[in-house]
Amino acid sequence: MTVADALDAPARAALAELLLTLADDELVIGFWDSEWTGIAPVLEEDVATSSIAQDEIGHAKALYELLAELTDDDPDRIAFGRAAEEYRHAALLNHARGDWAFSAARRYLYETADAVRLASLARSAHAPLAALAGKIRREETYHLMHADAWLRRLADAPAPASDRLADALRTLWPDAQEVFAPLEGEAELTRRGLLSEPMTDLHAAWQRSVRPVLEPIAGSLEEIGPSPDGRQRRTEDFRWLHREMTMVARSVEGATW
Amino acid sequence: MSATARPAAASDAERRIWDELAAIPDPEIPAIGLVDLGVIGSVAVDDDGAAWIELLPTFVGCPAIGVMQAEIERRVGALGVAKAVEVRLSFDPPWTSERITPEGRERLRRSGFAPPVMPPPTEAGSGLTELDVLDTLPPAECPYCGSRNTTLENPFGPTLCRAIYHCADCRQPFEQMKRV
Repeated sequence: MTVADALDAPARAALAELLLTLADDELVIGFWDSEWTGIAPVLEEDVATSSIAQDEIGHAKALYELLAELTDDDPDRIAFGRAAEEYRHAALLNHARGDWAFSAARRYLYETADAVRLASLARSAHAPLAALAGKIRREETYHLMHADAWLRRLADAPAPASDRLADALRTLWPDAQEVFAPLEGEAELTRRGLLSEPMTDLHAAWQRSVRPVLEPIAGSLEEIGPSPDGRQRRTEDFRWLHREMTMVARSVEGATW
Repeated sequence: MSATARPAAASDAERRIWDELAAIPDPEIPAIGLVDLGVIGSVAVDDDGAAWIELLPTFVGCPAIGVMQAEIERRVGALGVAKAVEVRLSFDPPWTSERITPEGRERLRRSGFAPPVMPPPTEAGSGLTELDVLDTLPPAECPYCGSRNTTLENPFGPTLCRAIYHCADCRQPFEQMKRV
């Protein structure tokens, strides 16, 4: 708390916005992937997807707690007490899980982008965020390895698996850029080192790392960047998920679980 | 790093708290105590007689964290050496596999869990952040027959911190506490 107290109002607001985007990304991908529990293609994958989803929701919880300390709020309220339009996850996470290739494509895009972002956050001047990002990064290494294995497995598989993967990558590519959508308070964040690099630099680093892997699979990918509203757009798919994930909180007010 | 698992206590009260924490079993792997697992970051009794205990979660989303917190509060509270018990979560320093004590690794092995594989001593740093580090780790040692002729079946197991292996020599599946 003393660390947060040292920040002035504009810095706190900017940091709160950053934490909200990080937590919402992890919560929403965790909930989408938990949809596979019980119905993943093979038993081992059922366990793996569920474990990864549980990790992500755990990361979201820790990030919401950091945010709640900063804004003197209740982490459960932030997680489940908001309208669908108030969530700030990247457009990549607006889509329903789709088929297995679609989920695998999204997970690869998300994990690789998240890895670039976490490496930067581990150097944040906000010590509690840097420590948490450093810890999360160690767990995400397993996710990254797993996402990479599925990408290669489906890419090397005969049609229709490889076609479905390529289609999913092309469909998701524009929305994947939005993980690096500019934040309103970004200038404030970078000026104070709360974010160690601007989003455009992180975006460029991510592009450099994934293009050589994805283009042999999906063909030439459009040269595009994130858009200003990349974290504001919501879809029918997400509104459905929002109703699902807030069901307990909505049915019993003040419930703890 | 096992030396950091239990620093010299400054007071008798702190020493008794460390002893009590060492006797609290991990909720998911009861064969090992919290101190041997390395999840106790620090213990301090302040001038007002309040005990401050720092808990370092093995995994950020570990669902056993709440159980550990409650059990620490209950058991340390019952010692009667502190007026209040405050358990705080911390990720600084992060819990890493190196925090498990040699005794803890032995206890894991005896209860059928392969302890986390450690990187070769020549490797610089311990940052498990790059894929190649994970790929170059030697296979887990079978806790039943000691063989290294084992294969990783699934890096994800029944809890966040466990992976599933198979031993080609004694033909047993077994679990490993994952290296992080």
